[in-house]
Amino acid sequence: MSSRLSGNEAVAYAMKQINPDVFGAFPITPSTDIPEYFAGFAANGEVNTEFVTVESEHSSMSVCIAAQAAGARAISATSSCGLALMYELLYVAASCRLPITLACVNRALSGPININADHSDSMGARDSGWIQIYAENNQEAYDNFIQAMPIGETTSVRLPVMSCMDGFITSHAVENIELLETETVRKFIGEYNPEHYLLKKENPLAVGPYDVSPYYMEHKVQEAEAMKAAKARILEVAAAFEKISGRRYGLFEEYRMEDAELAIVLIGSTAGTAKAAVDRLREHGVKAGLVKIRVFRPFPGEELARALSRTRAVAVMDKSEGFSANGGPVFAETRSALYDLKERPYLINIVYGLGGRDVKVEDIEKVFARLADIATTGATGPLYVHMGHRSKEETV
Amino acid sequence: MVNHDLVEIRWHGRGGQGAKSACLLLADAAGMQGKFVQGFPEYGPERMGAPITAYNRISEKRCNIHSNIYYPDYVAVVDETLLDSIDVTAGLKTGGAIIINTPGSPQEIRPRLRGWEGTVCTIDARRISEGTLGKNLPNTPMLAAVVKVSGVLETERLLMDIEASFKHKFATKPQVIQGNMEALKKSLEEVQVG
Amino acid sequence: MIHAKDINERTPWQDMTPAGEIYEPGTARLFNTGTWRTNTPVFHEEACKHCMLCVPFCPDSAIPVKDGKRLDFDYTYCKGCGICENVCPFPAITMEAGGGVHK
Repeated sequence: MSSRLSGNEAVAYAMKQINPDVFGAFPITPSTDIPEYFAGFAANGEVNTEFVTVESEHSSMSVCIAAQAAGARAISATSSCGLALMYELLYVAASCRLPITLACVNRALSGPININADHSDSMGARDSGWIQIYAENNQEAYDNFIQAMPIGETTSVRLPVMSCMDGFITSHAVENIELLETETVRKFIGEYNPEHYLLKKENPLAVGPYDVSPYYMEHKVQEAEAMKAAKARILEVAAAFEKISGRRYGLFEEYRMEDAELAIVLIGSTAGTAKAAVDRLREHGVKAGLVKIRVFRPFPGEELARALSRTRAVAVMDKSEGFSANGGPVFAETRSALYDLKERPYLINIVYGLGGRDVKVEDIEKVFARLADIATTGATGPLYVHMGHRSKEETV
Repeated sequence: MVNHDLVEIRWHGRGGQGAKSACLLLADAAGMQGKFVQGFPEYGPERMGAPITAYNRISEKRCNIHSNIYYPDYVAVVDETLLDSIDVTAGLKTGGAIIINTPGSPQEIRPRLRGWEGTVCTIDARRISEGTLGKNLPNTPMLAAVVKVSGVLETERLLMDIEASFKHKFATKPQVIQGNMEALKKSLEEVQVG
Repeated sequence: MIHAKDINERTPWQDMTPAGEIYEPGTARLFNTGTWRTNTPVFHEEACKHCMLCVPFCPDSAIPVKDGKRLDFDYTYCKGCGICENVCPFPAITMEAGGGVHK
């Protein structure tokens, strides 16, 4: 079915089609639309969901944890400071291996306080044990959310999934979208049938016991192994999803990378703008390409190294500032992934788009111009720079 | 002349006047006419009266660019008082047009447009909305004026689609539907091009 | 299904339950915390008025009650904290050094 929806509407609609058991709800810009639309669905009896309104995000995630442990399918939505307030519980959810699904509408994490898009909120939670999948537009936000449960709930994985999209740029932009039939979605998701759950009275269960050091590390290894196993599962689910939708997904998307010499690696809505830049440059004979990372956790290191192995110069663009003084998180991962290649491309890091700073096609073209220069001269210049800010010095 | 393969529109309004709603409604209406669309707001301070900008891209193929619009084909100004504080014609393409909510004529408004030499269109959206809806809700008449001036959509089809969409949205408030439809029609007739 | 009794400090991660989940009730029986005791409460039945003050104060349910009367300590989980001696209004409970079970 063809429609036109904002990213938030699309995700709320996916939630309605899924009809989860519990929604732990607390509003925060720019994700507020999601619980708002869903509250309407619940009030109109369009879903059977227990819509639990609470007093904070710490509580909304606690609701999800309790519900999922009880044997229910639990979801929530949040942004920025809301995700930060969930922080402790994110670890609890992941370490209890509870496959909760969270819509994260990316927004700058204070401060200074700002409501617009960047990835500092979810990047801060990248080591919490959640699977992280990022969308470029409303269609991907919808599709990713539907794929989240079959990924997270499978026995070999059993991890919570954070389905991310850029605040405002995606969440509030109305674009064309293809929606699946509700029956198709329900069939694809299936019933949630965990082997063990608290309300299974014939088989009492204790969840989240205190772990002394002779046991803790084994449990963390289990979690790490689950995250590794998630990679194969994500691809399996993507293949099944292609059958019902005709839309293809992977760990990342390669755009005109077949013979690319210059490439950009980035996450989220800027990928669309970068594709337009790649197209323009290709018209002028520049062998430009783009890798849009879809799955950041688990990080597709080997696959990414392969995709970039034939390039000459690569710019990794981070939409969050990690304050490592050594580049952003996507750069750190990408650079580490390339270490084992025999011949590595030149690699630079550009931090951009913080707090909703806009990125134009021309900005991306500038990045490619810098890459062309590096490929020719072999001189990378500073490896870690910012773009789009005002400066007395030349930036990119 | 505007290239209709990709039409880019920038809206200027104030929080609470419905510029964003008009922008999203235009995206939806264009989508119903088989176009690929984008409609998105850019918020400053989230407060009533604060200047806001919203954008539309309407094209024949899916547009992946997710930046703001710097070189629009059309600019719609929902609140005349913005002319003094915002450079509304910034980047406006020479072949394009600006559509302003004002009781004044294009000739009267032109001197306030910082040297803009292209087409100026005016519509008294306030009067129209007060007459048809009983309230100052200028966004529906503005939407009609933008569609008329830009020629980006078929106006007959637009009226049909919006009526159908409102019938669904305002099923319990039929008086709102009638008022809005009148506002749209009046605006299509009254917009002045100069 | 993996049982709690089969998990110990030599169990590899592959043979442990995910997230340390425990799939059966009453597994505290496998873990005798009474061995942590360095002081032991002793019950003097002749001085006890069965006021029952000690019973709810015991953090480890080490004081059994039957037919309205408290019985001698069940030392399995008694850690010798001494709260019972402290709350007892009579000389019915005294603490003795050492973890040994009297009687």
